[in-house]
Amino acid sequence: MTDIRADKLVDTVEPRSERERVEAENRRLAEERKKIARDGPKLKGAELEGRLDATWRRPPGIIGWLATVDHKEIGRRYIITALLFLALGGVLALAIRLQLARPDSTLISADRYNQLFTMHGSTMMFLFAVPVMEGVAVYIIPLMLGTRSTAFPRLNAFSYYMYLFGGLLLWAAFALNIAPDIGWFAYTPLSGPQFSPGKRADIWAQMITFTEVSALAAAVVLVATILKTRAPGMTLARMPLFAWAMLVVAVMIIFAMPSIALASGMLISDRLVGTQFYNSWEHGDALLWQHLFWFFGHPEVYIIFLPATGFVSVIVETFCRRPVFAYPVVVLALISTGILAFGLWVHHMFATGLPRVGYSFYTAASMTVAIPTGLQIFCWLATMWDGRPRLQVPMLYVVGFIVTFVIGGLSGVIIASVPLDLELHDTYFIVAHFHYVLIGGAVFPLLGILTYWFPKITGRMMSETLGKVGFWIMFLGFQLAFFPMHFAGLLGMPRRVYTYPAGQGLELPNLLSTIGAFAVASAVLVFVVNGLWSLYRGAIAPPNPWDASTLEWAVSSPPPVYNFEHIPVVESRTPLWDEKGELPVVTGLRVDEKELLLTTVVAATPDLREPVPQASPWPLISAIATAIFFITSIFSPWAVVFGAIPTGIALLAWFWPKELKREPEPVIV
Amino acid sequence: MIRELRFTDDVADLPTHKFGPSSLTWWGIIGYMIVEGGFFALAFAAYFFLMGHEQGWPPEGRAAPNLLWGTLFTIVIVVSEIPNTMIKKAANAHDTQGVRALMPIIVGVGAVLLIIRGFEFNNLNVRWTDNAYGSIIWALLLLHTIHLLTDWGDTIVLWALMLTPLGYEGRRFVDTDENALYWRYVWLLWIPIYLMIYWVPRL
Repeated sequence: MTDIRADKLVDTVEPRSERERVEAENRRLAEERKKIARDGPKLKGAELEGRLDATWRRPPGIIGWLATVDHKEIGRRYIITALLFLALGGVLALAIRLQLARPDSTLISADRYNQLFTMHGSTMMFLFAVPVMEGVAVYIIPLMLGTRSTAFPRLNAFSYYMYLFGGLLLWAAFALNIAPDIGWFAYTPLSGPQFSPGKRADIWAQMITFTEVSALAAAVVLVATILKTRAPGMTLARMPLFAWAMLVVAVMIIFAMPSIALASGMLISDRLVGTQFYNSWEHGDALLWQHLFWFFGHPEVYIIFLPATGFVSVIVETFCRRPVFAYPVVVLALISTGILAFGLWVHHMFATGLPRVGYSFYTAASMTVAIPTGLQIFCWLATMWDGRPRLQVPMLYVVGFIVTFVIGGLSGVIIASVPLDLELHDTYFIVAHFHYVLIGGAVFPLLGILTYWFPKITGRMMSETLGKVGFWIMFLGFQLAFFPMHFAGLLGMPRRVYTYPAGQGLELPNLLSTIGAFAVASAVLVFVVNGLWSLYRGAIAPPNPWDASTLEWAVSSPPPVYNFEHIPVVESRTPLWDEKGELPVVTGLRVDEKELLLTTVVAATPDLREPVPQASPWPLISAIATAIFFITSIFSPWAVVFGAIPTGIALLAWFWPKELKREPEPVIV
Repeated sequence: MIRELRFTDDVADLPTHKFGPSSLTWWGIIGYMIVEGGFFALAFAAYFFLMGHEQGWPPEGRAAPNLLWGTLFTIVIVVSEIPNTMIKKAANAHDTQGVRALMPIIVGVGAVLLIIRGFEFNNLNVRWTDNAYGSIIWALLLLHTIHLLTDWGDTIVLWALMLTPLGYEGRRFVDTDENALYWRYVWLLWIPIYLMIYWVPRL
């Protein structure tokens, strides 16, 4: 009797072993786990919505605004920032066109002109085209996949801030009259220490570093989101085509962007610490730059174009009331375009002198890539043929896209041929070609999809009338601006020269181009006015105004902060067309903490529950520290050492848990 | 949503951590591995591109880097896979004490490697400013040093975290497992770099 009592005494007074303490803790946590509130038949409707809203809403005020990790807020910021850069880049284009409207113009000096076209190209490629596609994806993809957040939402926030700071760096330099003047591809030796003294080339190269860090982070976020957070039942074979396009694009970014980051890092080190990578006197090679640049630069074109093909698939499906024809063909075309895009870079270098076999190979590869793209176009045409097309504004942009892009594709096949390319290289024919494929191929579908998703994002419809007026001015203005450039190019007008002499037949095509450019600008203005007016006065949007098939239309417009009250289950490729009045859902996710459902990569069967990080200011602080690091390292190599320290501290604070106690279930604070 | 709900399945009993491709962070890490692998692959391409411009490699009048320190580094980093595998196994067995005991070893190995790396830089027999050969040799070694340094910092932070009460959480074992995976990548990548810095110039 006494023995037993003594035992008990020992048990409570003496410190127990670590192992026993942990086991006791585990039992306590298991008990607490049973009390956790989860959604289900007993917790649904208004009560569930209220509690989810309280859980998912970010902290109020300016701090909360800066600390948000909500993919919708970040996606919106990405889109708006990118559109502002589009407007800025567009203003530069107008300045260029004003200068070229007449021969022998002295409106803009040669030096300023160099800055203008460099800023125009760099802004459009790095600060508009890639980020806007990422922004749309960051906003829409989780909704389309039936989940509540992107993977790694803090990395997503960091990615946005890095992009913003890179853009501000470039434009602050322009405002200070130290903008880069070396073209958007910054060829060595022109960009090297000998021919570009000062800091202009460094600013360009560091802007690259910012946007690459940003794009790589966003790409990793998108890959993980698309592969792991799809709604149960959304197998890879049922995934919306836009998600397929973004998956291919994100993988392409992961493979392509290191090339430009390495190249620009080597350029900075040539300029700052005297390495000899591109200096032919010390057996470096300026062509090394071109190889590394175009190994990135060519896939970049498809990184911009493939999201747009995703937009087109979305719009065609909805406005033809029919699933896209030959879904597997479209998916395979996306993947093969993504792969082939890495075998084409040398066609940008035909004029540098290459081995004959290189000419043949890259010509063949350049023509081959037209095949999957052509297949996609035929699939869309077949969808329209078999469906009942409604010619509303998004669909008009698709029609404009097909016409314009096919013209650009045909001129592309022409210059894939080496003898023709040697004639046309560096002329306005090339300028015409890539504006046809980039504006026709990416900006038209973008304007269509922004019109299409505007009601989802804002809760209001855009005006159909203003939209149609804008489309026609855009479409016709574009042809007027860029079609004459083919002729200017054939007449021998070189790119990147600030003026041209009179009397060589160049006056008319240039004047037409300038008029067309102003027409395009006015169409953009109509789009902006439409957007702003509709934001306040547009018709209130129901959840699914276009009668579309994908999951983003299953939630209200705009979506609640938690996206879905229950995680939907997908049973077909077009869930909202096939659901027959009831939406299948799974239950059991936490209500009072942020949680996601992870599914398996291929079959999308439920796999794990994953805590979602709470809002945090540390991604922003890390981005600021990194920005200081990058910008100061333009001036001194020691900044790399001293800049890395605050960056490291900020990253540590980002990852370190704010409370070191165990929770019944994991949370990320 | 106005439409009717049809409740199909309940996911409340799903786990909150798993090892390998089920884990979300595993995908993030694989993504960043490809990014870094891309950096190295392109640096390798640049190396051979520049090599094609020279009559000799190293260029005439230069000696290849001294073998001693680089070889020592290679031996140490390959042997470090032994404690690394032990940590990975301990993490997979949810063995907090085991992980806590083994982490200092791998952190110590990292410190030793960084010291050896300093001597390596001193024994390249070329400066980065001398010629393109010197530039690319330095670039390869520097890139790998950054790789090593960041993973070493990561490992220290993880070690500190494993010493807290959170060291008993399943997700921290997944972190440990993935950190070990990453270390494996750091040393595997070193092998071709070692060959390119020390042995290709001796061919």
